Amino acid sequence: MNCIVFLIAIPCVAAFLLLFLRCRVLRGWIVFLTSFLVCCASIFLLVTQFHREISYFDFVFPGISSAMAVIKVALAAYIFFIGIKHKKFVISGLIALQVILFLSFEYTYGHALVVEHNLFIDKFSVIMVMIVGIIGSLIAVFSLGYMRDFHEQYHKEIKDNRGFFFFLIFVFLSAMFGIVCSNNLLWMYFFWEITTVCSFLLIRYKQTEESVRNALFALKMNLFGGLAFIAAIWLLYQSTGTIELDKLILHGGGIALLPVVLLGFAGLTKSAQMPFSSWLTGAMVAPTPVSALLHSSTMVNAGVYLILRFAGVFQVKLAGFMLGIIGGVTFLIASFIAITQSDAKKVLAYSTIANLGLVVLCGGIGTYEAVWAGILLIIFHAIAKGLLFLCVGIIEHKIHSRDIEDMSGLIITMPKISIMLQLGMAGMFLAPFGMLISKWAVLKALVDFNPVLAVFIIFGGTATLFFWVKWMGRLLIVSGEPRDLEKNISLSEWVPLTGLSLLTLGICALFPVVSSTMIEPYVKEIYGVSIAMSRGNIVIMSIMLGLVMLFPLSFINYGKNVKVVDAYLGGGNASPGTSFLGPAGKITAMETRNYYLVDYLNEKRLLEFGVVLCLVLIACMFIVSYW
Amino acid sequence: MNIFLIIISYIVCAPLIGGLLAGVDRKITARMQSRVGPPVLQPFFDVLKLLLKENLVVRRSQNFYIWFYLFFIVFTGVLFFTGEDLLLSIFALTLAEIFFVLGAYKTSSPYSFLGAQRELFQIMAYEPMILLSIIGMYMVTGSFYIIDIVRFQKPLVFFLPGLCAGVVYILAIKFRKSPFDLSMSHHAHQELVRGITTEFSGRTLAMIEVAHWYEYTVILGFVYLFFASNPVAGIMSVLVVFFLQILIDNVFARVKWQLTIQSCWLVALTAGLGNLIVLYFIRK
Repeated sequence: MNCIVFLIAIPCVAAFLLLFLRCRVLRGWIVFLTSFLVCCASIFLLVTQFHREISYFDFVFPGISSAMAVIKVALAAYIFFIGIKHKKFVISGLIALQVILFLSFEYTYGHALVVEHNLFIDKFSVIMVMIVGIIGSLIAVFSLGYMRDFHEQYHKEIKDNRGFFFFLIFVFLSAMFGIVCSNNLLWMYFFWEITTVCSFLLIRYKQTEESVRNALFALKMNLFGGLAFIAAIWLLYQSTGTIELDKLILHGGGIALLPVVLLGFAGLTKSAQMPFSSWLTGAMVAPTPVSALLHSSTMVNAGVYLILRFAGVFQVKLAGFMLGIIGGVTFLIASFIAITQSDAKKVLAYSTIANLGLVVLCGGIGTYEAVWAGILLIIFHAIAKGLLFLCVGIIEHKIHSRDIEDMSGLIITMPKISIMLQLGMAGMFLAPFGMLISKWAVLKALVDFNPVLAVFIIFGGTATLFFWVKWMGRLLIVSGEPRDLEKNISLSEWVPLTGLSLLTLGICALFPVVSSTMIEPYVKEIYGVSIAMSRGNIVIMSIMLGLVMLFPLSFINYGKNVKVVDAYLGGGNASPGTSFLGPAGKITAMETRNYYLVDYLNEKRLLEFGVVLCLVLIACMFIVSYW
Repeated sequence: MNIFLIIISYIVCAPLIGGLLAGVDRKITARMQSRVGPPVLQPFFDVLKLLLKENLVVRRSQNFYIWFYLFFIVFTGVLFFTGEDLLLSIFALTLAEIFFVLGAYKTSSPYSFLGAQRELFQIMAYEPMILLSIIGMYMVTGSFYIIDIVRFQKPLVFFLPGLCAGVVYILAIKFRKSPFDLSMSHHAHQELVRGITTEFSGRTLAMIEVAHWYEYTVILGFVYLFFASNPVAGIMSVLVVFFLQILIDNVFARVKWQLTIQSCWLVALTAGLGNLIVLYFIRK
């Protein structure tokens, strides 16, 4: 109990301290200390909840609901004002509608509303708290060093507003803890809206024209979700008389489908599924730690968290099936778009959208196997994606580009970073690392449900393989002069990078334990049955992991018993060895470029196609659920 | 104890069988082209010769990737022939392939670079078909374990004719034969020199060759699964399929990578997926 309140309160307190603090050294210490405390508290929560299925907390604090309502209305007024200021009247309209719904709900039912438990924590919440707490605070620490370089070295033109930046980061973390521990849906809605506003402000951080535009777009998309959320609360209360998550889930298939579908819709907006995916790719304008935070541990996870929570309701329902298909289509299309991208952050963004699509697919199907696989996906994805973003952030600073084609020779110039980057990539698609384990689990869940659905993951998976390997290969190619670009990376950047690398590896080794002590009990509690990966396969996976880990050992043999020659260049080798005699004896440097298949896959067209298809599917989903 | 015996005998016998098949392949190909052809044991002589050659490299760490390529191909074979999870063994095979591709990237040579990219296209082309067949096998037998699939009483090909045909179609990719020998081939008609293996020589090239022999056994084993209820018929079918591949190799010219992916996916979506859908509705 105290632990949760601590987790929500501490980042909040720290945030306000940071907002008003001007001393840089002190700011660093507060960020570091808060992150450390949050990490410890998350782990403490894990330890205390380890043997308990579920714990409820009735956090009674006089006037807390009114305080929340006031904050909510104040935020709404702010958003309304923003909408007017930028002449985005849709935003103002959406927020006005939301506030009207919210206030009339409070007015109509507020006095009669009985909420037994406002907060609760079960195994799923613990998993989410661990993700937010550990990865989120590592990213916060990383931001310390990164944002210093960002303002003092690389982007002097951008106004230094770091106090506000860290304020937002910690409020964001606090709100995320709130979302995953709320039992009262109104509370969850409150925290949900805070993440929306925080993400808007973080994306807008650079204050350039582009970032303001993209931030407003993200805000608009997320407000649609917020509207659906409050509408869902209305309908849920009307049909069941409760807005408590645990009771609703206990009702299982008995509760009305429409409000749950509305919540699923809210999840789609927050998790940037098609047709809303563009806000997440637009959010790439923000400094890299923000992208890392949005993509790995916080924002997008909130959406899939909500969908997976209600997976039991979606099970064997046509509306749930539609939701699943939206996820599947998003996975497929986003994976193929990622092939065409050479901007590293864009590739990562599309990969995030794709992988969350898989989770949505799992949630929509809603069988116990699918939920098990979905939770695994969230865990593995969060860790690997966090690592990838942080690496790309550093690389962008050092080579002044985030084009994948400019990253050749990174293995020489930035060996440690490039190895971490490769580890993260391997974690995303390669056996025996995390994401492949979960994709495998998803595949099995799909096959047991309806084998035809497996097409999404099979074809999307091949695209995934292609774009990761070509990037990985690009890092290995050596051309040009060796330079050391790793010199000026600060300790506050090394610590999170190393931590996340170790986590990527560690979670692969530990995943049977995570599954049997955390995921399986949760799935069993909801469905009465659970699955686990068979013992034999776990052993084989572990052997494979061990074998892959042997790879660095081969470097003992580096350069022994071999004769080094220049690459074959059609017999026209010139000096230096990476150039050749071109036409008229001109010495030309050799150059290679990966395929991006832009002639076959058009980002814009694929996106349009996906958006239209998913809009139709959403419409169908609502029609079906209304019946 | 028994399982170790299987593993050891696989590791020893597989390259012998694979090499022998490669020799037979060359002999039959030669006869088809009205040549006498080399002795059946020629592939072994080739590899022995390669082992004695100097080891030339462009980048000092490029060969490490090939060790792991061989290593994981053998690992795949062991998984396969000890009756483990079929999906897992295919993932192990993909891991091996990725090591091969990364090795080629590592050499930083334009020809292997092109070969590596084309190898990726090939993986993209064949993987859906293989995974769809595994799903088909699971739907029929109820298990992903090879041991259960082999023990299934009826021939799988009766239930999965489309998938079986599709697998035969993509097999040329895995055999590195025309019309899909994009990334490298055994014959000297290359616009990309030796493709993915351009910069590998000596002992390392021998390892690639041996890895390929191991791969032969896994692929043919996969085909065997469709006919596994009757071992004699199974082995006969595998030999027929093998012969068919040689015939196709000699009849067709190489196609472009676009056609490779398009046609393989088309086959996977029609014959493969169609088969699955029909099966799904029959079961229902």
